[in-house]
Amino acid sequence: MIPSRFAYHAPRTVEDAIALLQSHGDEAKLLAGGHSLLPLMKLRLARVAHLIDIGRIEGLASIRQSESSIHIGAMTTHSELAESELLAQRQPLLPRAAIQIGDVQVRNSGTLGGSLAHADPAADLVPVLLALEAELRICGPAGERSLAAGDFFTSMFTTALAPDEILLEVRVPLAPANSRCSYEKVPHRASHLAVVGVAVQIEFTADGRCDQARLALTGLAPVPYRALAAEASLRGKTLSGESIEAAAQQVTDGVEPLSDLYAPADYRLHLARVTTARALASLAPL
Amino acid sequence: MQISVRVNGKQTSAEVEPRTLLVHFLREQLRLTGVHIGCDTSQCGACSVLLDGKLVKSCTILAVQADEREVLTIEGLAPREGLHPVQEAFQECHALQCGFCTPGMVMAAHALLSRRPNPSEPEIREALRGNRCRCTGYQNIVTAISAAAEKQSKREAQP
Ligand SMILES: Cc1cc2nc3c(=O)[nH]c(=O)nc-3n(C[C@H](O)[C@H](O)[C@H](O)COP(=O)(O)OP(=O)(O)OC[C@H]3O[C@@H](n4cnc5c(N)ncnc54)[C@H](O)[C@@H]3O)c2cc1C
Ligand code: FES
Ligand code: FES
Repeated sequence: MIPSRFAYHAPRTVEDAIALLQSHGDEAKLLAGGHSLLPLMKLRLARVAHLIDIGRIEGLASIRQSESSIHIGAMTTHSELAESELLAQRQPLLPRAAIQIGDVQVRNSGTLGGSLAHADPAADLVPVLLALEAELRICGPAGERSLAAGDFFTSMFTTALAPDEILLEVRVPLAPANSRCSYEKVPHRASHLAVVGVAVQIEFTADGRCDQARLALTGLAPVPYRALAAEASLRGKTLSGESIEAAAQQVTDGVEPLSDLYAPADYRLHLARVTTARALASLAPL
Repeated sequence: MQISVRVNGKQTSAEVEPRTLLVHFLREQLRLTGVHIGCDTSQCGACSVLLDGKLVKSCTILAVQADEREVLTIEGLAPREGLHPVQEAFQECHALQCGFCTPGMVMAAHALLSRRPNPSEPEIREALRGNRCRCTGYQNIVTAISAAAEKQSKREAQP
């Protein structure tokens, strides 16, 4: 399978890439790691007349710390996330999810920005960013803007990015001192995307109660979501069999689940509750 | 479009269409047919090569993305004479039957051992998740990679 013909552009700066997006309109697409876009182009499900490779723009693939957050460039690969010492120390939820993406080859090519912009309803990094209330830095012809992760994912495979905008960077807060996190996933046997994936970070009080719980789920709904009712149910509680079960029952509140031959709706709902319970149990003090 | 890629240690310039996949460039233009196409849908890993030292699936990368970069295929792995330790171990441990997956498996094993010289069995299995074998049942491949790790650390220990 070979994509249909296109013109290839390899701009060296963000400004040039945006100018190319502007001049070619909906005939243009950005290419990051290519691990969502190229398969679609090979199957001719995506037709692109102008492919703009942002892989040669310097400075889009770095992970650095500022006072209260970590800044991650959009072109950072899943492998770089998984192996980052800084993230392992200061925001371990990201590497824990990144290491569960696809396989070595996919992680070496696929990027954070590509995964977010593609907005697959089963992507692993999306719930992580929702749970962490990440900020996304976006650049367009009129300059830069910031958007909360919660406002970025609008529907299945659709984001708030305008056609001439580029996602530059993701900012996540440092993990609070007394917090623990986990990413639990039931992978699809063939694609390895999440049938259900649960990202959780809990900040504990000094006496071991949940102060602030953050829970987000992928794979279940057209857009990954924060499970606010479940979060609220944990506040002030210790993680016990009882509180975990109560929270797990609530993660599917109000959700209209996806359904297909591999995982019908009721099975997905069941998996979401079981996976949530597992993720929470893994955070309970020994 | 003109690209210039260092393939198996040799600087190579060629004219490619932008839509040419790296695997087609390697197989059809450079005749490096050790790079196999199994699925063509980024699942099987038969097309795995190293791009700037990182294991990638060459059916899901454009040749133009490799411009000014370095590619290592199975043909460039062995020394001028003889076999690479991973290849030797595959032979000795009977880690192949039809051999179709083997170039990708060997590249994946080499990529793993360059980063982790003494991997555990679960680490080996994890490193092979992107490589399918329809013949062996994987056990002998895993055994071969452990054996290759041992071989390489012995060789390095020698003066
Ligand atoms: C075999 C296989 C297994 C996989 N398994 C998993 C898995 O288990 N979990 C998972 O989460 N994902 C999985 N993926 C998807 C993988 O993570 C992709 O790499 C990712 O979804 C897309 O990232 P990319 O860099 O390859 O983007 P590309 O394919 O290059 O681009 C994807 C889309 O995003 C746009 N885009 C890219 N970068 C930007 C940017 N900076 N600003 C604006 N728009 C941009 C592109 O125009 C395109 O529309 C898998 C993919 C494959 C092929
Ligand atoms: S041919 Fe590339 S992964 Fe199967
Ligand atoms: S030896 Fe036949 S596919 Fe692996």
